Amino acid sequence: MKQLVVISGKGGTGKTSITAALAAVAENAVLADCDVDAADLHLVLDPEIDKEEDFYSGETPVFDADLCTQCGLCLDNCRFNAVSTDFQPIKENCEGCGVCEFICPSGAVSMHPRWCGVKRVSRTRFGPMVHAELGIGEENSGKLVTDVRRTSAEIAERDGAEFVIVDGSPGVGCPVIASLTGADACLLVAEPTVSAIHDLERVAELLKHFRLPSACVINKRGVNPELEECIIGFCEASGIPVVGSYPYDAAFNRAQSERMTVVEYDPEGFGLTTRNIWEEIKQFMV
Amino acid sequence: MRIAVASGKGGTGKTTVATNLALHHMRQGRKVAFVDCDVEEPNAHLFLKPEMDDGTEVHMPVPVFDDDACLGEECRKCVELCRFKALIWMAGSVMPFTEMCHGCGLCKLACPADAISEGTRAVGHAYRGQLPGLTFHKGLMRIGEAMAPPLIRELKERATEDASNADIVLLDCPPGASCPVVQSLENVDFAVLVTEPTPFGLHDLGIAVKLLRKLDIPFGAVINRDGMGIDAHAHLRENGIDLLGTVPHSIEAAETYSRGEMLYDASPELEQAFTAIAERIESKAGGAV
Ligand code: SF4
Ligand code: SF4
Repeated sequence: MKQLVVISGKGGTGKTSITAALAAVAENAVLADCDVDAADLHLVLDPEIDKEEDFYSGETPVFDADLCTQCGLCLDNCRFNAVSTDFQPIKENCEGCGVCEFICPSGAVSMHPRWCGVKRVSRTRFGPMVHAELGIGEENSGKLVTDVRRTSAEIAERDGAEFVIVDGSPGVGCPVIASLTGADACLLVAEPTVSAIHDLERVAELLKHFRLPSACVINKRGVNPELEECIIGFCEASGIPVVGSYPYDAAFNRAQSERMTVVEYDPEGFGLTTRNIWEEIKQFMV
Repeated sequence: MRIAVASGKGGTGKTTVATNLALHHMRQGRKVAFVDCDVEEPNAHLFLKPEMDDGTEVHMPVPVFDDDACLGEECRKCVELCRFKALIWMAGSVMPFTEMCHGCGLCKLACPADAISEGTRAVGHAYRGQLPGLTFHKGLMRIGEAMAPPLIRELKERATEDASNADIVLLDCPPGASCPVVQSLENVDFAVLVTEPTPFGLHDLGIAVKLLRKLDIPFGAVINRDGMGIDAHAHLRENGIDLLGTVPHSIEAAETYSRGEMLYDASPELEQAFTAIAERIESKAGGAV
């Protein structure tokens, strides 16, 4: 079983649409949505949820007003401005370190597991899918990503699936690291814009630490031919083969509105393009 | 006045709206402070092109251990208490993994032997830039770094210092709706949510709206690439979301953006679009900028 992670550095490059397209052509794959901050893959794949689990990570304090003497020690020692002047936790600021519980002389503070979101295991028309939804304003997306990755790999082992295709997280921080850890290969989606190339360079830097076989797909071809050359040049210099491209086309949006992958929407055109890209990816994954 | 520009996800045009609003206010002769809070992938400088300084390193506190003072194996209090697994007991002493440390200071508070003092660790750089009428701030996190909040806090502090001289502070938030965004939205007067007329765009807008309602921050939405996809206007009406304006879709706009150029200068229509958005924000946010 091989795990392919699709990332793009920057959001909005079409990463999710391309992940969905690959899901449509890969036979025998398990799908994972690790863009837990803005999980969108389900909008195209229409999953039927089989199992839903609450996800807890870290802890959050509870203040007991009856025991609190308003001594102010928690307020003075909290480094995250997470205690209000009327001695209630400010959840948005709280890192769950437990300094308030430790420092409170009256035992008025206790720590409890923090609910961060839900994890779901579902069925789609292209195979099983693991996805998640981070609670509003919650953190620890890295841990949720790790959990989604682990569950999708377990399902793939259980079902004897050949591939896990992961819609990775954006950025170069904790969530994308969690998306890439233990993966077998990485597909970069790049669009020919100045800002996307800037992000591509940052994410390629990150990939060096992982030493994963990586390839690149160019999306929105035609918007800026000069920058396409830039991407190709950059990929060549970085040893990342460019395995295909998609033109800038309203079909991507129309397919999305119809809850279809571009492969289903346009089997002859985008379907073929995607099949070719998938064949290339399979080559370098093994 | 502090205005944050946010969106549930990346790529919807948040930076486009934020930078073009900045340009509009500059053209109106106002002093603008601009903060790019996306410390993972700052992009706003590519469009505004300010003169940047060399940057200063931003640090966060981490524990430093005095092995001689440490009580050793029997104690291990710090190791047990650290909730971020930043401390482990190994080969007869405490090993700090400062990458995991949140800098909370619990270990230092708890150590019965005063064996822990505080050092620092670099999480990234903060840069200051300048254009006539605009002060620009951006941060750049070390690649692979998990601790964005200290860097965002530093940028916001810098912007607050500048704010006394600025007529308007514009914050370009990171994508998503998790903790770095919450950090960026602290103490803002009004938020602009940028969305695009696609199912993904509207779905993610919904998440951002929930966050702002929870944080009780007044907000409105801008539809970017209006006319390119589904009818976002109806969606906003149905969900009681205030429309601040639209940026019309055109190939010309996509090309201008791809080159890292400002839409405001690309055509009179686009200039008019951003002017209308700025005016609407002003009247919604209830105060002269
Ligand atoms: S709490 Fe202090 S004395 Fe105890 S193990 Fe940690 S450093 Fe050593
Ligand atoms: S400062 Fe907090 S997070 Fe860092 S090592 Fe000490 S207890 Fe752990």
